[in-house]
Amino acid sequence: MRHADGTATAVFLLFFVLVTVMGFLASRWRRAEDAAHLHEWGLGGRNFGTWVTWFLLGGDLYTAYTFVAVPAAVYAVGAAGFFAVPYTVIAYPLVFLFLPRLWSVSRVHGYVTPADFVRGRYGSRGLSVAVALTGILATMPYIALQLVGIQAVLDTLGVGGSGNWFVRDLPLFVAFGVLAAYTYSAGLRAPALIAFVKDALVYVVIVVAVVYIPLRLGGYGSVFAAAARKFAAPGPHGGPGGSLLLGAPGQWTYATLAFGSALALFMYPHTVTGVLASGSRGTVRRNMAILPAYSLVLGLLALLGFLAIAAGVGAGVPGFNSQLAVPQLFAQMFPSWFTGVAFAAIGIGALVPAAIMSIAAANLFTRNVYREFLKPDATPAEETRVAKLASLLVKVGALAFVLVMDKQAAINFQLLGGLWILQTALALVAGLFTRWFHRWALLAGWAVGMAYGTWTAWGIASPATKHFGGNSAEVPGLGETGYVGLTAFVLNLAVAAVLTPALRALRAPEGADETARADYSAEAGDGTVERAPQPAAAH
Amino acid sequence: MPSPSPHAPAAGAPPAVSAARVLAGLCLLVPVVVMLWVPSYNRLAPALGGIPFFYWYQLLWVPVSALFTGTAYLLVRRDEAVRRASAGVPVLPAPKDGGRA
Repeated sequence: MRHADGTATAVFLLFFVLVTVMGFLASRWRRAEDAAHLHEWGLGGRNFGTWVTWFLLGGDLYTAYTFVAVPAAVYAVGAAGFFAVPYTVIAYPLVFLFLPRLWSVSRVHGYVTPADFVRGRYGSRGLSVAVALTGILATMPYIALQLVGIQAVLDTLGVGGSGNWFVRDLPLFVAFGVLAAYTYSAGLRAPALIAFVKDALVYVVIVVAVVYIPLRLGGYGSVFAAAARKFAAPGPHGGPGGSLLLGAPGQWTYATLAFGSALALFMYPHTVTGVLASGSRGTVRRNMAILPAYSLVLGLLALLGFLAIAAGVGAGVPGFNSQLAVPQLFAQMFPSWFTGVAFAAIGIGALVPAAIMSIAAANLFTRNVYREFLKPDATPAEETRVAKLASLLVKVGALAFVLVMDKQAAINFQLLGGLWILQTALALVAGLFTRWFHRWALLAGWAVGMAYGTWTAWGIASPATKHFGGNSAEVPGLGETGYVGLTAFVLNLAVAAVLTPALRALRAPEGADETARADYSAEAGDGTVERAPQPAAAH
Repeated sequence: MPSPSPHAPAAGAPPAVSAARVLAGLCLLVPVVVMLWVPSYNRLAPALGGIPFFYWYQLLWVPVSALFTGTAYLLVRRDEAVRRASAGVPVLPAPKDGGRA
């Protein structure tokens, strides 16, 4: 057992206290005209400008888990773990096409969640609740993984660690209790404000890390030489331990993972929440051009995996947990006080997305389950109260998930969550451009994609786990190995495309579409937007 | 059909497929194609400052793709201004970002 590093822990705590104070003060920031409306608590009043949105979305997309897991993958397998870079390069041009349309139609009709839009576009409660439940399901393990990120930092600091389960996890309880309290009181304004601190810390730490650490290790040439030596030796499970380049079959997996993940990124409820909270259509578009600044940070971060290899982190430790590679690299290479700063970046990097995710899941529950099925005549104030309570429940659920199930389960379910959320892309993205697809065909396609993806993923074993052990499998009829989520999505698309003409021939009811063509290109300042109902009064 | 094609032009509006839109579409397509064409960059040489080609090439595409997306943004913004003018919608004031962040 390592000794707790006093200086690092003190610096870490200092930043933690700072953001806690900010979180509680956030409710006074851009104070709401009518705090009882869900669009105030759940979307921060829908008026964030370009830079606030940039910090918010950056804080939201690039999570603590990303910081820990991406370099951990590169540390463990090399090139294959680098797919996060093409993934985030592809994501922005792709979503540039449809997110502005989603912003416009949601602004005109007061939609708070993606499922709200599906409900309004297709007039289908079934499809809407399918999208909402998929979103909640995919978000829960994602929140749990933020806790795993904090745990990795706390473990390395030597805080908690020993004693019974309660003492061991006490720091985690405290962190999450505080997070839950300020999210409850300030809503989306809290993570939006804290994101400034988080992102500033992350930029400083990464720039220092990729310049300072290679200098100490003799430059990138020797770093990659060390990585090549490590990968040439047989891995812990017999086969090769990794590679600096992709093998021939690995290239398909790499490309499909990048593409599928890019498509899934803005299907997640928390990313949609970040987009809908912005004040104008132009804000959304500008952000697609400036968010890649974070992707650059992510790419540099991925290189830290190689730096950890070269620094000898985990060398000769049987069964070394690669998730600890980066925290240990920092602890080993940085002076204590800067280790504290770096760990604060990771810790706060967990709090921002966890807050947004729990708000997004709470919005989904309130709008698309509670109001849709339980209390259709809920007042705006009731909606906000239910959403606040739901955000607490979601966080408690995520905490229980981490404490009861093991870390590997959280990682497996997060992989599965990406696959699931991708199955909602067809209803959402196609719906933004055309009403050609029949609502029941979309529901059937979703069901087939979910079932195929889950069943295939169940059958993937890895050395660490018997089921859900990975995200790539042979694509039927192609003979190549690809991302299961994308295969399931293609199947989803095929089912919906075949059933649509069939249902139309049978004269199945189409459902009412409450949106008009002009709604999809409305901009702030337009008459339709100025006259738009406030979200809670929509429908 | 419950809804018309989203691109059906209103009377007197510019065509749905304008030069600006096509160019913007190309700007968005290029980074996607380049990144998905994995065999084109799956090699070690030439290294840059000790970093193998596979890694620095993909990192380089992060800012390059941002330039492409930024260009698409400018093209689309001008195109929308033209469409709004021809549809009789008053041109928007500058976005209300200043002093808010």
